[in-house]
Order: sequence, then structure tokens, then C-alpha cells
Amino acid sequence: MFTKQRSRRFGVAITAAAAATVLALTGCASSGDGGGDSGGDGGDANLSVTFLPKNLGNPYFDTSSAGGQEAVEEFGGEFAEVGPTEASPTSQVSFIQTAAQQGVGALVVSANDPEAICDALDEASGAGVKVVTFDSDTNPECRDLFINQATAEGIAKVQVDLIAEQIGDEGQVAVLSASANATNQNAWIEMMEEELAASHPDIELVEVVYGDDDDQTSFDKTAALLQTYPELKGIISPTTVGIAAAARYLSTSEYQGQVALTGLGTPNQMREYVEDGTVTAFALWNPADLGYLAAYAAQALITGEITGEEGDTFEAGKLGSYEVGADGTVLLGDPYVFDADNIGDFDF
Amino acid sequence: MTATAPASVPDTRSARTYAAYSRPLWRRVLLTRESAIIGLLIVVIAVSLAVVPNFDSPLTVTYLLRDIAPILLIALPMTLIIITEEIDLSVASVVGLSSVMTGILTQAGWPFALAAITAILVGTIAGVVNGFLVTVVGLPSLAVTIGTLALFRGIAVGLLGTTAVTDFPEFWSDLAKDNIPGTPIPGIMIPFVVLAIAFAILLHFTPFGRSLYAIGLNKEAASFSGINVGRTKFWLFVMSGAISGFAGVYFTLLYSNARGDNATGLELQVIAAVLLGGVSIFGGRGALHGVIAGVLLIGVLGSALRLAGVTSDIINVITGVLLVLSVVSASLLAWLRRRRISAIGKKKERELAASSS
Repeated sequence: MFTKQRSRRFGVAITAAAAATVLALTGCASSGDGGGDSGGDGGDANLSVTFLPKNLGNPYFDTSSAGGQEAVEEFGGEFAEVGPTEASPTSQVSFIQTAAQQGVGALVVSANDPEAICDALDEASGAGVKVVTFDSDTNPECRDLFINQATAEGIAKVQVDLIAEQIGDEGQVAVLSASANATNQNAWIEMMEEELAASHPDIELVEVVYGDDDDQTSFDKTAALLQTYPELKGIISPTTVGIAAAARYLSTSEYQGQVALTGLGTPNQMREYVEDGTVTAFALWNPADLGYLAAYAAQALITGEITGEEGDTFEAGKLGSYEVGADGTVLLGDPYVFDADNIGDFDF
Repeated sequence: MTATAPASVPDTRSARTYAAYSRPLWRRVLLTRESAIIGLLIVVIAVSLAVVPNFDSPLTVTYLLRDIAPILLIALPMTLIIITEEIDLSVASVVGLSSVMTGILTQAGWPFALAAITAILVGTIAGVVNGFLVTVVGLPSLAVTIGTLALFRGIAVGLLGTTAVTDFPEFWSDLAKDNIPGTPIPGIMIPFVVLAIAFAILLHFTPFGRSLYAIGLNKEAASFSGINVGRTKFWLFVMSGAISGFAGVYFTLLYSNARGDNATGLELQVIAAVLLGGVSIFGGRGALHGVIAGVLLIGVLGSALRLAGVTSDIINVITGVLLVLSVVSASLLAWLRRRRISAIGKKKERELAASSS
């Protein structure tokens, strides 16, 4: 009798523990729910929009999702953000599948891999989900729209304009790039050269050096540039690693304030150099606007206002009206210029 | 009722009792870690069906089984390896290597079937390397497979760089994705079920399978009773390599994507599921049905929680807690059983003392 009772008690304990676990789990479940379900049968258009960034806990995507949420709340939809913890090529697939199962209205994705999530996106489209990509595109046939943050021309032009303004439109400038075979940077540098030749004949681009997107290499190359060209008036660094390293060198050298520096950087990296006067202004796009526009594009697709054809136009709240370009691409606009006046508004 | 009979009758039979038969059949079948996991799985499915919206759609079954198929496949040989008190941490890197081989050979114009078979062979060779280092050279499998984890992954990434091969014959990629006609069950479950049955027979109904438990409990004793410990383990690593190679081909087709960093971190998911399924990391205990339930439990839980809008960090926390609890409960169960057996012993002594006086 003794043995039997004890084991029965143990059995009860196991069952109780299992039940408690399950209760705890479903507790999480019902509180986190909301997103897909209630949007599923609300009204005539299903305005639930799910954001799927490359990974969670990334300040850049936190900013873009905040922009998306603002837009979704403006048009009265349901906002949700899901995502993997690490940005590996296939880690987004299960989240896409989940969105398809939930029957969300639209999925807004920044793709970790242009191909790996294609099939999952196709299946989601088949289940009636509208697919918008932003920041990083997939192959055009896998999505309805791509929200492009900036064109190569726009990126090249804004940097040339900034440096021209900062050095008084004449003198020697140099470029501190990423690696010698970085596709994006090379395309931008080529366009900068054209833009300089066409609109700024008094500016001479003396050299392009490569910091390999490595902080120390970029730092050393900056030092070498300044020694080689004593007349140098400005440096353009179209890479976030390069501009931060160059700013760090300039801020501790006698050239601070003498040699202008601009390029593509993020506010968090550049904040101290803008505040101490090393850098006057630099450019990038505004991820909050990017998320905001993507959410409005998703809404326009859900309501059937647009289908993603070239020439379609839609309204995007405070950003105004946008037109769909070739290959189902919507351009956010000119890159955003960060300076001492506005850098405090950003945290990414 | 029958449980109390042998205890109350003064022991006239042999003093020796076999632990496995000391309890009635129903208790031996039902009160095991395997059935606890299966029970928990059923409860989780039932609750998810009732509470989580959209969990009851056929799509759930398709996506779930499709995504966990590589884990299910690799868990089969991993169970056998862990039962012998070894471990294979290189499985995910073998998946990556096999995926890259499939991609490169397909890109080079080989017929897909031939490329796939070569990729599985490469996986098998990777298993031979592991097996050789563990059994012939005699190094600990933990150290060896940590090394080959980096080595195979390095080769895979080195072969293809950061590029990806994404063009595969439609026939084969459809075959990997399509369901069994008329059901929501993906076709990959057919090879899995065949392999699962083969592994179950091998582990539970053959002398080879019994020898794995013997090795896991005490490899010297196993060796003295005529088991060739080295050769047995060698074949387990080869099997693990081959199945991981096969999983790599499937992975490639499923995502139409051959990349060096495919399936990174999969080994931990496999090992977590195997341990959750009741296999002891110290070897010598575990059963295949528990492992399959363990994989399904982690998969179903993840799927239900994702559908309920729980973020992936919290899903990781829950799976982690579940795993720790399952390991703790195994120790607790063993401790309770020891206490009970010693309690029976004391009771017998008291009865004997009472009857003799």
C-alpha cells in the first residue's frame, strides 16, 4: 500500500506540473494574442499589418517599426512586430508562415536573404497576404512592393552637396570607402565623380582610399590621407564604419574643424562628433519614415487602392503622395540630412 | 493489487529481483519519462487547439512538420549516439556542407539526383572522419565534434563564399515541398517514418541496439561481454553523417537555397529535443518514441506560441525552462525511486526482525 500511494502521489505531481506549465503558456498566449485574430474579421478590409525586420533588438529596425506602428495607428489597423533573434537566411521563414496562418492583411519584411524566403512569401501571397519589402528587397516576383530607402543617384548627390557646402565649393577632397570591391560604394563613388565634374568644377577629388569597413584600417587611412594631402579640405566616407573612424581621428587631431567630414552614418555613432563640432552634417535615410511609408503602402494594397503596378499612386499620411516606379518599387525620397539641430530626435 | 503481493509474502524466492520487472506492466508503460513527454505533447496540442486562433488550420500541420523534419531526421542517429554516452555536435555543419555540395554540383550542371547522392556521400565521409577520430584515435567525441563543427562549416562557407545557389530543378524542389496527396502532411514524412521504424527496430529489437545501452552504462563491462565498442560507435557516427547529409539535401530543396551558413545552430535544437525526449546525457537510457515526442513538443510549442504572437526571445526562454525542468525531473525521479527502494528494504528488515523474534 505504502509504495502504491507514493507513486500515485508522484503521478499526480507530474500531471499537476504539466497542467501548470500549460496554463502558464496559454496565459502568455491569450495576452499576446490580439494581433492577427481580431483583425481577421474586422470590417470589410483586413487592416492588420505585421512587421518582420531582419532581427529583433536592432535599433535601426526598432526605429522603422516605430514608424510603421505610428502609420498603422493613424489608419486604424492592427500593428504587430515579429522577428527572429538572429539574422540568418532562413530564420524568417517560420514567421512568414505564421503570418499566413493568421491571415494577416499584409506582411512588411526586410529580407535577410533575397531568395531563401521567396517560397514562403509566395505561399503567404497565395493565402491572400499582401507582401511589402523595405530596406532589403527580395527578388521582385516574390513581393508586391519594395519601399526603397534611397537611390544610388540620391545618395551620391547628397554627399557631394554636403561636402561642397562645407568647404565653400572649392579645394581638394578625398573619399574613404569600404572595400575596393564593395558594389554599392563603387557605384556611389562613380556617380559622385560625375556629379563633381558636372556641377562642382572647382572641387578636385584627389584619391579614393579603402578602409575595408574595418575601424582600425579606416582610422589609419584617414591619418595617411591627411599627411599625404596637407591642402585637403574635406573627406567623404560613404560607409558607416568609415565615417565613424574618420571622425574619431579628426576629433583628436589638430585638423578638427579644419577638414570637413561627411558621408553616410548613423546618429548614435556620430552624435558625439556632431556635438563636438568635428562633423557638421551627414546623411542617411530616416528609418522611421521608411517604416511609416511601408505601412501606408501595405494599407493601399490591402484596400485595393493600388495593385503594385507602375504608375499607381497612393497617399502616405504626413509624407504626402507616392507613385509606384518600375519593378514595383516606391522610393522614399532624398536621403535625410542629420545635423546638430535634429540629431537629438533619433536613436538608432 | 498485484504490486503488494511479492512484498507481503515472506521472500522464499531468490533474493535477486530485476528492476525492470519489479513493477506491474501498466506502471512500467505509463510512468516513464517517455509517456510524460507524450502526455505533455498531447496536452499542449489540445490546449493550443482550444485557445490559439488559427492553430487548427491544416497549414499548421504542413508548416510544422516541414520545418522540424531536419531535426526529426537527425534526432534519430543522435539518440543512438547519446545513448552510448557520446555526442555529435557537427551535425549542423554537415547539413551546411551537404547543402553547399548539392548547390555547387547542381550549378556545375550535374543531374540533381547525382548531386544529391554525392552530397549524402560527403556527409557520410564527414561521419567517417568523426568516427575515426573518436574510435581509432580515441579522442573524446565532445572535443572532436566541436573541432569538426568548425571544420565542416569552414569548408562549406569557403566553397561557396557569401554567395548562394538558388536555382534547383522544379521537379525536385516541388517533391521536397509537396504534401502527401489528400493530406496536409508533407512528403518528407515518408522517408522519415521509414527511417524512424528502421532506427526503432535497430535500437530496441536487435542485439546491436541492446549493446548501445550496455556501452552507455559501462563500456568496460560491455567490452568484456564481447561487444566491439569502437566499431559500434564508429558506425553510429557514420550513420549520423549520412542522415545529416540527407537532411542537408532536403534543407537545400525546402528553401531553394544552398548556402554555407545554412542550418547554423541546428545541432543544439537536435540535442535539446533528444534530451527533452528522455535520453540521458550520461548514456544508457532513452527510447526513440520519447525523442520523437520531444522534437514534436518543441516544434508544436514554438508554432503555437508564434501564432499567439509571442516573441522569439520568450519562446526560447520557455523551451529552455522546459529543457531544464525535464533534466531536473529525471534526477528527481531517480532520487525518489532510490528512496522508495530503500524504504521497501527497511520495511522488509523490520518484518523479518518481527517474525524471527
